[in-house]
Amino acid sequence: MTAVDDAPLSAAGNPIGFGSMKRVEDQRFVRGQGNYVDDVNLPGMLHSAILRSPYAHARITSIDTSAAEALPGVRAVITGKTLEGIARPSLLGDNFAWMPTLSYDTQAVLATDKVRFQGQEVAYVIADSRYIAKDALELIVVDYDPLEPVMDAKRALDPDAPIIRDDKGFTDNRVVDVHGQTSWESGNAESTAAAFARAEADPDCVVVTQEILYPRVHPAPMETCGSVAYLDKVTGQLTLYTTSQAPHAHRTVYAMVAGLPEQKIRVISPDIGGGFGNKVPVYPGYVLSIIGTIVTGKPVKWMEDRSENLMSTGFARDYHMTAKVAATKEGKILAVDVDVLADHGAFNGVAQPTNFPAGFFNIFSGSYDYPDAHCKVDPVYTNKAPGGVAYACSFRITEAAYVIERLVDCLAQELQMDPAELRLKNLLRPEQFPYMSPTGWEYDSGEYEKTMRVAMEIAGYDELRREQAEKRARGEYMGIGISFFTEGVGAGPRRTMDILGLGMADGIELRIHPTGKGVLRLSVQSQGQGHETTFAQIVSHELGIPPEDIEVVHGDTDQTPFGLGTYGSRSTPVSGAAASVVARKIRDKARLIAAAALECSPDDLEWELGRWYVKGDKERGKTIQEIALLSHGSLELPEGVEGHLDATAVYNPPNLTYPYGCYICVVDVDPGTGQVKIRRFIAVDDCGTRINPMIVEGQVHGGLADGVGMALMELIAFDTDGNNLGGSFMDYLLPTAIECPDWELGETVTPSPHHPIGAKGVGESATVGSPAAVVNAVIDAISPFGVRHADMPLTPANVWRAIQGRNVRTDMAVE
Amino acid sequence: MQVTITINGEPVTRDVEPRTLLVHFVRDDAGLRGTHWGCDTSNCGACTLWVDGSPVKSCTMLAAQADGHEVTTVEGLEQGGELDPVQKGFIECHGLQCGFCTPGMMMTGRWLLDNNPHPSDGEIREAISGQICRCTGYKNIVKAIQWAADNPATNEVNA
Amino acid sequence: MQTPAPVDYVRATSVENAISLLEQHGEDARLLAGGHSLLPMMKLRLARPEILVDLQGLSELRGIKVDGGDLVIGAMTTHAEILDSPILSEHYAIFREAEKVIADPVVRNKGTMGGSMCQADPSEDLSAVGAALKGTVVIQGSGGKRTVEIRNFHEGPYETKVKDGEILTEVRFPIRPGAGSAYEKVERRVGDWPVCSAGAYVVVSGGTVTDCGIGLTAVGASHFCAPDAEAYLIGKPPTEANLAEAARLAAESCDPTSDQRGPADYKKHLAQELTLRALRRAAAASQGA
Repeated sequence: MTAVDDAPLSAAGNPIGFGSMKRVEDQRFVRGQGNYVDDVNLPGMLHSAILRSPYAHARITSIDTSAAEALPGVRAVITGKTLEGIARPSLLGDNFAWMPTLSYDTQAVLATDKVRFQGQEVAYVIADSRYIAKDALELIVVDYDPLEPVMDAKRALDPDAPIIRDDKGFTDNRVVDVHGQTSWESGNAESTAAAFARAEADPDCVVVTQEILYPRVHPAPMETCGSVAYLDKVTGQLTLYTTSQAPHAHRTVYAMVAGLPEQKIRVISPDIGGGFGNKVPVYPGYVLSIIGTIVTGKPVKWMEDRSENLMSTGFARDYHMTAKVAATKEGKILAVDVDVLADHGAFNGVAQPTNFPAGFFNIFSGSYDYPDAHCKVDPVYTNKAPGGVAYACSFRITEAAYVIERLVDCLAQELQMDPAELRLKNLLRPEQFPYMSPTGWEYDSGEYEKTMRVAMEIAGYDELRREQAEKRARGEYMGIGISFFTEGVGAGPRRTMDILGLGMADGIELRIHPTGKGVLRLSVQSQGQGHETTFAQIVSHELGIPPEDIEVVHGDTDQTPFGLGTYGSRSTPVSGAAASVVARKIRDKARLIAAAALECSPDDLEWELGRWYVKGDKERGKTIQEIALLSHGSLELPEGVEGHLDATAVYNPPNLTYPYGCYICVVDVDPGTGQVKIRRFIAVDDCGTRINPMIVEGQVHGGLADGVGMALMELIAFDTDGNNLGGSFMDYLLPTAIECPDWELGETVTPSPHHPIGAKGVGESATVGSPAAVVNAVIDAISPFGVRHADMPLTPANVWRAIQGRNVRTDMAVE
Repeated sequence: MQVTITINGEPVTRDVEPRTLLVHFVRDDAGLRGTHWGCDTSNCGACTLWVDGSPVKSCTMLAAQADGHEVTTVEGLEQGGELDPVQKGFIECHGLQCGFCTPGMMMTGRWLLDNNPHPSDGEIREAISGQICRCTGYKNIVKAIQWAADNPATNEVNA
Repeated sequence: MQTPAPVDYVRATSVENAISLLEQHGEDARLLAGGHSLLPMMKLRLARPEILVDLQGLSELRGIKVDGGDLVIGAMTTHAEILDSPILSEHYAIFREAEKVIADPVVRNKGTMGGSMCQADPSEDLSAVGAALKGTVVIQGSGGKRTVEIRNFHEGPYETKVKDGEILTEVRFPIRPGAGSAYEKVERRVGDWPVCSAGAYVVVSGGTVTDCGIGLTAVGASHFCAPDAEAYLIGKPPTEANLAEAARLAAESCDPTSDQRGPADYKKHLAQELTLRALRRAAAASQGA
């Protein structure tokens, strides 16, 4: 932590470099001066609304829009038929009714043949006000011929199950990826099977099998999705203000969908009210707002309701897992195998690198040292909303971390061993790094045991176990849950990682103005992470320019270089590295200019924060500000050195970064009611170098709340008729300040060896790592009732039923 | 119908449909977009502002109901060019990330401190329990409101 | 955001004026109190009145007072005012305990006693409180006032004895010297509707229960009360066994349905568990514990 402690302060009191600097963006947010998409109002702007299907699976027999069209104030009513009539000069289809997903599937913009999930887009109204648009929706008459909905992934593969994707000519409900595969495997199937066979035969070994569901949840950012589109018919310029975590990637998708020339498309992602993965995909609503401006010639705004957000946009998880572990009776893990039935909804709309159709789920081998691991993932279509990779999941590492951490606790219970002791026996050791995992991930750095000991120390682990024993003797049920997770974040490298063929590398541009103050242009897009602050700090760290002198520009494709966007915790690992690299280019160039000014060889110069000086003569030197002025002035520059002090870079990460952490949760369970109270939560994260520790801790706090939410209350369930039972904030419950404890944080710092400043991503760590800690704590509390596992969410009812020995499918309607 | 609402001390008169929700009046008719909305069911609290000095969810009130009343929004917190201590506290304690729930949280925080200048952490958590934040996990919101309690405004600014 | 269908709006100038407006518009009119039940339904377009009669100006409908042997809560009194009322707390802890877990603090600033009672949600907490305390509501129409026992007020889910052209003006609760009361609620999360709530008052005199009331909500208790359990307890000492048997009888009279808050068997279990907890605390309070 020397960098943080040693950073000198600027005139404005900010650390020059790393440290807990107050956020630049807060000045506008606390004044109510943020600029979110619904705050965008263009002259002559119209409003719009989408009619959605009440059925999960039904054939559309007719749509009558005449009454809606006749309503005063309605400008246009668009249906799938309308879109089929709009020719599209594009490789991806000849009309606008269908659009590509980020996983090479197609998704209906407006349903033409049939609806495939409740909440699917059926018709689109453009009107003078949002109220009139809503009124018009009520006047559209749609005749449906209901079909049997497939609401359970386990039903999807039945031979007599209805075919959902008949539009593609499919004869079953298996998802087919771009390589034609319908099943995704990783690890070594043979060696893993052999390891299990040996363990089964060995009286000194155990095999524990557990079915584990990670139910469907939703990122539910506070701001719903929306857009304002305007096509200037004179210039042909399309401007789209939109809730996008990846404005550049979206621009390319719109170019492909709309057949518009990409140089005429400007995507502006203004302030974003939280993303968490929800704002990575391209949704029909965005496309419809573009069609709306094409049809009306006016700017058109579309903002979805909360229920539309919950029912139609990118959900997360829905992984039905069967996991098994083999271990010695002394607690040495030998092998893990996981079988997954993956519910992808009605369209394969997952947003993840092309070659990783199950995301990074195959990092499930976790933080432990064992040779054999294997997983198989079978993806299926169901009559549910599309999505699957969202909600701060680090491309499905949420599911991976949850399954292994739950499984390890099941093993501990089987062995009657303390779960901390079991983990300590199996954690990877520092000398094993870089470590090649049995499924092919190269973990960059880690000192796992140290981190775990810090967490146990903060928790007072031994004392907690003593307290638990005393309480149990009195009939009180307290539980202690541990989770140790490892993530791989910061996609690419571009050689192996792309989305729709777009390599996952990030551009960046830095200009230092003559007065030594600069502008940094990013491709990534903050949804609350504080990029305007932390990226200025990275430049400050490299160049010694005070952070307040660096303006960070992001969220506008006309103003920033190309890059893949902010999700999968990739901003710091990828664009953060880019910021460091581009600033170092400036520093190197400044050295040449300083040498020219000081009439010495560049090799004679030495760098200290903000200044090149002559070795052995510290007085002779030039500050970066002086060099900036010289670079724009009349100084004779050496041959090959251009004037000015600007640079660009594209950062292609050599590997992911591997943040990790140990979380400990303490709960009290009331067995009479099933209520769970989280008493304490200890989180020790190691995300390498911390650019702004205040912001890092804030990121962790938010993710821990996510974990509490998913573990205890968040759920998108469906009934057998296809109704979404989590379609409003009355039913999709998010944790409040009451359910969240006063988080207790600690840290260790093990820098990434391959990242320019040693930083690892942290935005999703806590969301990935915390659910298992909460669930493990609850199960620990009620284990005296013979409970080994219960699925999330652990609502009072589900905890009570687990105590009664009656676990149930939590993802279906309660019966 | 004609509605006059005094917003942050300034009367705003507009012709609106009686069904117009207060949050839309404030945002679209009065043009004060610091008040946000985040749900359909009065659960999220992003739209919290004050009517006659008490926090209400402006998505669950008609502008017509506020006719003749006083509304205070986040834009009205700053006094004499000086941020309210609650606003300062949110900056000092990293009480916000995406900023979307922040105006509503600050309105409730200010109201709490006006009625209970030295609340416990538990009282703060209770006061904001009808408002959802997806970013902060609430800890720093509690700290921010405590910071404001510890650093009250001096009255010199408004004198 | 979801928005209401077109509607007209008028502010009543007096109770009589409100009644005459209701009579004029018939079933197309709805009274608007705090709006926190009605406006969400209107936004979902599940309710679409043609005119709203806003009662906000009727100060005579607002406030908490003692009138003879009764506590009187005006229909327009907000949840926040009930929660903070020293008069109510002095006589019945159940008001404060229930109000603390109704919705959230911001909603409690607008939602009202009368609005909650007339919405008549089958999970309404105040209905359980009112039924437990054997309160009465006063309903006024052009023909004058009438009084209805809360245990006879509900006609079914979302249906009450208040007819078109009538206003619920106040709710009355008899003061019972020596009574202890308590409220217990299990919810999936703070601010949620109850999975089950149970409230009770108990008067213990000379070592036996001389009077008691039990209210339950969200679990299909007929009229939100458990008269068999009450009858069982009266005249008996408040021993754990007697309270437990009363709680068992209370749960037996419930007929909950399964929903996302929980399965019916769990709700039935909660009816018993929470009734027992409420009775225990109420009996202890009556005995000065």
